[in-house]
Amino acid sequence: MSHEQQTQKLVYMANQIAIFFASRPEQEAIGEIANHLRKFWEPRMREKIIDFAAHGGAGLMPRAEEAVKMLSQSTTSQSTTS
Amino acid sequence: MGLIHEIDFGTKAVSAENLVSLTIDGEIVRVPEGTSVMRAAMMMGTQIPKLCATDMLDSFGSCRLCLVEIEGRAGTPASCTTPVAEGMVVHTQNERLGKLRRGVMELYISDHPLDCLTCSANGDCELQDMAGAVGLRDVRYGYDGENHLAQAKDVSNPYFQFDPSKCIVCSRCVRACEEVQGTFALTIAGRGFDAKVSPGMEEKFFDSECVSCGACVQACPTATLMESSVVEIGQPEHSKVTTCAYCGVGCSFKAEMRGDQVVRMVPFKDGKANHGHSCVKGRFAWGYATHQDRITKPMIRAAITDPWREVSWDEAIAHTAAEFKRIQSQYGRNAVGGITSSRCTNEETYLVQKLIRAGFGNNNVDTCARVCHSPTGYGLSAAFGTSAGTQDFDSVEHADVMLLIGANPTDGHPVFASRMKKRLRDGAKLIVIDPRRIDLVRTPHIHASLHLPTRPGTNVAILTALAHVIVTENLVDTDFVRARCDGDSFGQWQDYVGQAQNSPEALENVTGVAPHLVREAARLYATGGNGAIYYGLGITEHSQGTTAVLALANLAMATGNLGRVGVGVNPLRGQNNVQGSCDMGSFPHELPGYRHISLTDVRESFEQAWGVTLESEPGLRIPNMLDAAIDGTFKGLYIQGEDIAQSDPDIKHITAGLSAMECVVVQDLFLNETAQFAHVFLPGSTFLEKNGTFTNAERRIQRVRKVMAPKNGYEDWQITQLLANALGYPMSYRHPSDIMDEIAALTPSFAGVSYDLLEREGSVQWPCNEAAPLGTPVMHMEHFVRGEGRFFVTEYVPTDEKVGPRFPLLLTTGRILSQYNVGAQTRRTENTAWHQEDLLEIHPFDAEQRGVIDGAWVKIASRAGETSLRAKITERVAPGVVYTTFHHPMTMANIVTTDYSDWATNCPEYKVTAVQVSLSNGPTDAQIAYATLGRTTRQIEIAAE
Repeated sequence: MSHEQQTQKLVYMANQIAIFFASRPEQEAIGEIANHLRKFWEPRMREKIIDFAAHGGAGLMPRAEEAVKMLSQSTTSQSTTS
Repeated sequence: MGLIHEIDFGTKAVSAENLVSLTIDGEIVRVPEGTSVMRAAMMMGTQIPKLCATDMLDSFGSCRLCLVEIEGRAGTPASCTTPVAEGMVVHTQNERLGKLRRGVMELYISDHPLDCLTCSANGDCELQDMAGAVGLRDVRYGYDGENHLAQAKDVSNPYFQFDPSKCIVCSRCVRACEEVQGTFALTIAGRGFDAKVSPGMEEKFFDSECVSCGACVQACPTATLMESSVVEIGQPEHSKVTTCAYCGVGCSFKAEMRGDQVVRMVPFKDGKANHGHSCVKGRFAWGYATHQDRITKPMIRAAITDPWREVSWDEAIAHTAAEFKRIQSQYGRNAVGGITSSRCTNEETYLVQKLIRAGFGNNNVDTCARVCHSPTGYGLSAAFGTSAGTQDFDSVEHADVMLLIGANPTDGHPVFASRMKKRLRDGAKLIVIDPRRIDLVRTPHIHASLHLPTRPGTNVAILTALAHVIVTENLVDTDFVRARCDGDSFGQWQDYVGQAQNSPEALENVTGVAPHLVREAARLYATGGNGAIYYGLGITEHSQGTTAVLALANLAMATGNLGRVGVGVNPLRGQNNVQGSCDMGSFPHELPGYRHISLTDVRESFEQAWGVTLESEPGLRIPNMLDAAIDGTFKGLYIQGEDIAQSDPDIKHITAGLSAMECVVVQDLFLNETAQFAHVFLPGSTFLEKNGTFTNAERRIQRVRKVMAPKNGYEDWQITQLLANALGYPMSYRHPSDIMDEIAALTPSFAGVSYDLLEREGSVQWPCNEAAPLGTPVMHMEHFVRGEGRFFVTEYVPTDEKVGPRFPLLLTTGRILSQYNVGAQTRRTENTAWHQEDLLEIHPFDAEQRGVIDGAWVKIASRAGETSLRAKITERVAPGVVYTTFHHPMTMANIVTTDYSDWATNCPEYKVTAVQVSLSNGPTDAQIAYATLGRTTRQIEIAAE
């Protein structure tokens, strides 16, 4: 499995999470998706999807993309404050 | 140390509250109303002679040996069938009774081979005991009359033999098969002198419906039904109570020994999970412990293409530690990880995750629950607040309606299935939701009220349709919901499931189930009394596995079927200690007791106890570890008792990941499939060779007791400790009880657990702490662990694994009674007599379309890969669905399954794979190549003496 395939797998997984929370109001859903990624994804996986989103994020569902951005912001603020 | 002898009270205990006083042989005794005279006598220490009675079975009253006199009553009634009465005066022994009993015994003995000295039951024969008890000194009829002594033995069963010449036709075996096991494989054929025990239609045991649970052997009072191991070895001389190492039922057994040799495993009557019953695996399939394939010396090799080299423990441990240190130094601290074993004890599992978190310094720890019940953990935790089933097994006795979905208990959890069957025979109703017509749909004296044959992959749709009916037909238990559940989430859920798109009619095209069946099932579950949900991997192993678990929780909350005996949401967990391995912090995001690694106060408590700083971020899950390995960032893996190269999906991906690592350490009993890709092999110990505890599917913590020295030299926890010390993280436990003490000190739900408590109580169910010092059989009684129960909207999302012109059939996988998981243990026992190979079940319609005949080799191909196996044509599967097991590595069933997985937990979607089936000439090239690889990578270079 290539690097690209692995990234696509993460995109697929993030979208799956987004689909589960599709019934929620948008902001709540984005928060839940970001929280799920934070709680269950290992930092390498999060870094990879954050990097992917930062470079366009093609294929990420809108809410998943927003959640990744939220994750990115919290990661940035954590690294700034630490 | 001698044999543990359980008291046989002759008849079953009665749970009546009213007590009755009676006089037996001049002594006054008070017993529950409804108790038999025989049991009452035994309760005061008087054993009335008996042959057809035993307290595992209902009273029968046929042997006429237990006759007593009751003042004021005529005749000599059988004490086993006579209930006590207030003021009753009973005489169990006088001249008249003695004479009657001797007369009965004379008749039995006149037609019995008098070969006691050479009989396998010598010393353990109730007939022999009773002859002594009644003072039999002579048989007036002689021994030359017509008899049954020339009848031939049936030795067809690999584990026990049937010698009809010794049978006294007491029917205990027949009744055990009916009442305890519920298979009804035995009967009494013929009448009078011709009466004889008959498996099926006078077949041999092996050819009959007998499932070899051993209940008949256990019930037999003579040597008629006898374990072959006793015939071969002789009677055992000491025993210990331990816990079975097969499925999640967690049966208690007496390991009966002669020296350090197991003579037999006998189910323990006081075992609270099994109440004296067993299945063919736990009862008989323990021979793998001494199988010739067992590896008992450590081995290392530089490359997986090299032969193995036997080394000392010191060298193996030092080499492993050096390799892990090298890898971490070269690639970073997070480049290594480990997998805990759901077959090992709680203490061993706890120690592996501790080694990884504290010794490796990361959270890259996972366990096989990843590929089975991780959605259960996530789902039940989210809905109720804890990651476990809600009930004890005994709860089933109070269930009025069982909703069974995605589980096949008669094969996967046979001892609990017998409990279910008993309750069903007593009148409970059964709803089966399953693509296959599993045995419980129709089996002797049981007929499911409803079978909803769903299309694989549509669980969430069918469960939401059930919810739709419950909501729209006003079947919600509003009092329960208002009192116990979160109102906002209920409102959202109610609004969602009430929509027309979720009706059974609207979803029929998805589920394939007739709407009226769905409506009837919903009504029955919601209004039929105590509704109990039981489910298995048919729920969890889907891309919507977690969603389905949440949907089950929704149903139970909406109908008020939680928080009392007889109801609940009950996952039937697969492996012996999969519940325990999850409890012990085997997931990368959780410390023991299901507390997230990011929780500072929790982490600090472990840091203080372990003397290290812990990583606060979650680690890698098994599939993520393999992804990272292929990506070049994960290089070392310590695997205790897990065979991911056979059990996990998309084998090509698994083996590519393993092959990309620089140090794979396998700690196991055998050179399993994963060991083909390993650089270090650390020989493990069996459950017979170690102390510890297992936790079963009902959260019951039970002792595992060592009955023989480890053939490899160490118990598994000791090996982990050696490795930790070599890595520079000191561990100095002297006994697993030390480890349990540490678990209890750090884990609130285990706070009250200790080996002393387990010795006193036999077992306890967590939570066991100050609030519940003797454990918690039923959870969420007053309130949910999370406070209010939370509903979740469960929208059905079809899997992306879809059928089409190339792959028009759906493959689903499962297991069978005689085999266990990857078969590493059961394939090395006589259980192979029932299952030499995995078969592909295919419906006659699909078979005919493809020209497939029964037993023919067929190729099964998916987008992930292809393999070949033999076909079995059966209507158990619906048209369009095929089914197989994965017990044999050469089947390579998981080369076909895909890497689609659950959205929340990455639990693989084993249960849905789009495939095509076509005729084949035999194994595929890949199977032949794999067999060759297996031979090459298992070569061992024997060290010079």
